[in-house]
Amino acid sequence: MITLWNLLVVFGLLSLLAIGGGNAVLPALQHVVVNQYQWLTPDQFREMYSLGQISPGPNLLMVLLIGYYLKGLAGALVVGIGFFIPDCILAWSIHRLWQHFATSPWLVAIQRGLAPVVIGLMLAGVFMLGKLTIVNWSTFLLAIMTIVILTFSRINPTLVILLAGLIELLVDFL
Amino acid sequence: MDKQPAGLFDLFLTFLTIGAISFGGGIMGYIREYTVRRRNWITEEEFLVALTLSQTVPGLFAINLSVIIGDEKRGAIGAFLAVLGMLLPGTILLLTLGSGYLYYSDNPQVKSFLMGVAAAAVAFIFKVMLEVGLTQFLRFRSLVFVLITFIAVGILHFPLIVVLLSIAPLAIWFCNQSE
Repeated sequence: MITLWNLLVVFGLLSLLAIGGGNAVLPALQHVVVNQYQWLTPDQFREMYSLGQISPGPNLLMVLLIGYYLKGLAGALVVGIGFFIPDCILAWSIHRLWQHFATSPWLVAIQRGLAPVVIGLMLAGVFMLGKLTIVNWSTFLLAIMTIVILTFSRINPTLVILLAGLIELLVDFL
Repeated sequence: MDKQPAGLFDLFLTFLTIGAISFGGGIMGYIREYTVRRRNWITEEEFLVALTLSQTVPGLFAINLSVIIGDEKRGAIGAFLAVLGMLLPGTILLLTLGSGYLYYSDNPQVKSFLMGVAAAAVAFIFKVMLEVGLTQFLRFRSLVFVLITFIAVGILHFPLIVVLLSIAPLAIWFCNQSE
């Protein structure tokens, strides 16, 4: 039985661990939501992630959809409060403090050390999504196609992503 | 050109615009385009400081940046309106798409379409990650910590909190020793 309180606590904690942004917190999000609490199947997680990718704004807005799926609009609202408010207050406080510490070398030191950890977390996020996503020849080829197109042209990534969806649809049903 | 003041409504509307058009990632680029280049609300240097700060504290970069720029211009209310504007369009579209998805989630065509979308989206993040991380892959000491973190989280499934409390302090220590 999931309560709104559960959602608030789980997403509140996740947000405080989200050092390195959305892609870095993705493995933890998947672990908590799919493995630990089994609120979503791996397929549902992948599909909600896809919907987040074709919406504008921060790509981790998909957490709202998880809340909506579990507890309706109240769920989406509570997840939004839990996931965004603590970080906003933290960012706001640190921005205020920053004005006093702007020249401090410790912040540079922290950033230098955190950078490789954040990249490692993002790599883990991509790896985990890759396992859910690249499951046959067509998805593999679509991934390669996306990297090639985005490397050699300046097309908006969303268009390429939507195109990949259409191609997969054609491949499966023609 | 001198820095320009920002009206509260204008601040909200600008972030609402960014929130509505920033499809496909690269949201930082949109924020810079609108707040630095078009509106002259903050300078390039201030933007870089805000960006660094927003990447050091927890939370999504785009949201942290909105908080900092909103606060810089109009204090707490400015920060609130900037975040609200940033979140509103994506939330409405996502919940609309989402209710459709929940209704049709057993439909095989919908599943196929989202499968292709996911494959391309993962490839896109992978490419962005390689670009962002390039300097980390090229320095031996950083690369070691990239790999340790990847193995701990991606393969061994260590909880994030454990990694942040153990590997991160070590990385901060080692990456600041002189070569």
